[in-house]
Amino acid sequence: MTKTFRMDEAQPRLLDETGQGIVGAPLDRPEGPKKVSGRAAYAADGLPENAAHGVLVRATIPQGRVTRIDESSVSEVAGLLGVFHGPKMTRNPAQGMAGAAPVQPGNEVHYHGQPIALVVAESFEAARDAAQRLVVSYDADADVITDPSRSETHEQDDPETAGDFEAAFAASEVTLDRTYTTAPHAAAAMEPHAAVAEWEGDALTLRGALQMLRFNKKELADSLGIDPEQVRILSPYIGGGFGSKLGIGPEAVAAALAARELGRPVRVVMSRQTVFDTVLRRTETSQRLRLGADKDGRLRALSHDDLVSNIRDEGFAEPVSQASQFLYGAEGLSFTQTLARVCRTPTGSVRAPGEAVGMLALEQAMDELAEELGICPVELRLKNLPDKNPMTDQPFSATRLADCLREGAEQFGWAGRKPMGERREGDWYVGMGVASAARSNMLIKSAARVRLTGDGAVVETDMTDIGTGSYAILGQITAEMLGLPVAKVEVRLGDTSFPGASGSGGSFGASSAGSATFLAAKAIRETLAERMGCSLSELTLQNGIARGGNREMPLSELVDEELVEEASVEAGDTADSHFSAGFGAHFAEVAVHVYTGEVRVRRMLGVMAMGRILNEKTARSQALGGMIWGLGSALTEKLTHDPRTGHLATRDLANYHVPAHADVPGDLKVVFLEERDDMANPIQTKGIGELGISGAGAAILNAVRNACGARVYDMPATPDRVIAAMDAAGF
Amino acid sequence: MRTRFTVNGEPREVEHDTRATLLDILRDQLGLTGTKKGCDHGQCGACTVLVNGKRVNSCLCLAAMHEDDEMTTIEGLGSPEALSALQKAFVSQDGYQCGFCTPGQIVSATAMLEELRAGDPSFASASLEGEMPLDDSEIAERMSGNLCRCSAYPLIREAIAMAAEVKS
Repeated sequence: MTKTFRMDEAQPRLLDETGQGIVGAPLDRPEGPKKVSGRAAYAADGLPENAAHGVLVRATIPQGRVTRIDESSVSEVAGLLGVFHGPKMTRNPAQGMAGAAPVQPGNEVHYHGQPIALVVAESFEAARDAAQRLVVSYDADADVITDPSRSETHEQDDPETAGDFEAAFAASEVTLDRTYTTAPHAAAAMEPHAAVAEWEGDALTLRGALQMLRFNKKELADSLGIDPEQVRILSPYIGGGFGSKLGIGPEAVAAALAARELGRPVRVVMSRQTVFDTVLRRTETSQRLRLGADKDGRLRALSHDDLVSNIRDEGFAEPVSQASQFLYGAEGLSFTQTLARVCRTPTGSVRAPGEAVGMLALEQAMDELAEELGICPVELRLKNLPDKNPMTDQPFSATRLADCLREGAEQFGWAGRKPMGERREGDWYVGMGVASAARSNMLIKSAARVRLTGDGAVVETDMTDIGTGSYAILGQITAEMLGLPVAKVEVRLGDTSFPGASGSGGSFGASSAGSATFLAAKAIRETLAERMGCSLSELTLQNGIARGGNREMPLSELVDEELVEEASVEAGDTADSHFSAGFGAHFAEVAVHVYTGEVRVRRMLGVMAMGRILNEKTARSQALGGMIWGLGSALTEKLTHDPRTGHLATRDLANYHVPAHADVPGDLKVVFLEERDDMANPIQTKGIGELGISGAGAAILNAVRNACGARVYDMPATPDRVIAAMDAAGF
Repeated sequence: MRTRFTVNGEPREVEHDTRATLLDILRDQLGLTGTKKGCDHGQCGACTVLVNGKRVNSCLCLAAMHEDDEMTTIEGLGSPEALSALQKAFVSQDGYQCGFCTPGQIVSATAMLEELRAGDPSFASASLEGEMPLDDSEIAERMSGNLCRCSAYPLIREAIAMAAEVKS
């Protein structure tokens, strides 16, 4: 019987009292040797015997109907096994945590690039050839809306407010009204989406590149019209996700359909271009920021309105103003979102949906306000930190934002920042910028099983490791709780036959699956205390030895038969009584070329407080990676849509510029401030994966302004835009 | 058609489609799946292998072009039980996260260090001649053909610098 624990009140900090001393330690990832030697098997790596190869065919009209798929056009292709299409084909991946099939549009086309058929052949080469030759006829709609600013189907939410924004704005001594735009972004995980489907009777096994298996199992079953119990998904290694693999995708559904029909395994790996075309992207945004303040820098009014887009029938809308709603306090707050319906690749969650783009605008607006007021940007932020969530009045569960700003300013040498345009080194202007970081934190229902024998422990959960460090931290939590060297704990992940966890997304995976693992191990501790004849508080477990009640016994003697405990955790009263978020401060130094407008990031520092750190090494990697994503969104990343068709023109890694080695300075530092979030979950942790990106790009853009006067309102700040903004600023 | 070459010291003979890339043959016929397909267009570097000691994007090579060539893949550089100095450094410096680009980064870095030692200049080099310094800007420039979306870049470069020092 699984014990479900509800997070209704703060829990004792047990991990601070246990004796093994490895939670938080910067240990190497246990799967590291496999990954660096090419032995970790990702979805496309296991090619079953007799497997056929599938290639997806995409629609080449923006909207309309497929009238005919002419299979005779490929009948000459040697090795062709079939062309699959029909009512079960999915339009795009499911949104995160959907738990149900994505839109299955039948013969309708809703965007250019939509997968409409799967061609399967004996070899990849033959399938690719046939996919390119396949003749498809369409009945294309006229006057299709592909541009959000031209959309006539704007859906505007009622404003979310606190106080009276208009009155507070009118009464402010200094006001700012700015509009910023951000380009659409792609997750662009290095591993293209892949699926290998194999049926045994009515039972389907799918090797997939997926982040949230508990949900994906239901999504796949629903797409196929079968019972979830018939589906097993395996995703032990995933080549990056960043939101792009949250929901079941067209590659998995199509592979399963074809494999069932053909009676043999089918592998479908998306081409990189198909990944760009059909996997959920981050929306473009237009954001209007209005700030009102007194001359001494006290914020009185803050409004953040945004325009985002999505395709028809998708419920997701990028929560752009999410952080603006709790980061700073003001008398009047107002937030309005407008969603435009367009025929473009659908939008969904990409790393830190909301904060990743919303904080680019908010934190630049704060910088502009500081300049207007003649106040140091660090000081302006410090002056406006609320002691509770200004929209909901919930107290913060834990926040050290002020410490992050002060500590960061000290360590970065912020005092040496020169007035705008006054630092020049050869042909380069040099400047510094700062921004706050914030990302809301959640606990999602999760289960895990821990097995203990005299020889060691095993953790089993369908949690995934998308590079985040799940293998490492679940092993560390278990080893800590059971007093074992970490090498004595095996972590088994990515298999739906294990207890269902949150999956990887929203930065909640480590906290949620980690709490379930912790609780299962805690239940084992209770049994061990009973066997030792001591109370739980007297029990000490260390290096395989149990101590308590004046006794000492090796686990190998104490545990004769395997002890198995499964536990589950879910959010409770603390999610209502308190507001939990990770906070931090980003500092950046950039050089801007006087003549070309090229921006080089010279160094960055992120100081963050994100609850208990479970593994200092993998946490640092997450934070660094996020900061580099911030660099990409500020300077290089931009999906471009053909204005006539909505088709993505930048649909590969040569045209969509993710940061490369040469874009990234070696001097990137992350400092974690000690913190425990007692209200967040039983292990006092907070999410890490997304805080690093939140605000990082704004620190860079604020540094650009300080360096050379350029304030770029349309991001990314590519050299052409920087040069134009330098001209406008008189530089 | 049939092509013969050597992979990781082993002579191999493969029967393959004329259109097959070296990458697909290594992965699907020879089972050497450590070499990854990230883009199939020579843009990401995940498929980097050594051909006669030089790093190449195996997705841009037809298998048919490699008669008698000597190939080394990530599997030929080390195993989990016996990692190369670079592989060990990637683990200790956390020079990876998801691990998908990692084999390409390591194979590429293996060849890159040889290029540095041989005095091949790069865009970041102050001079076209003489000894090339092993500094961060050189490593960054020379590794820019290998993308890492997890963005482990600073740690990848720390790992490379560390392994290079160990070796020299």
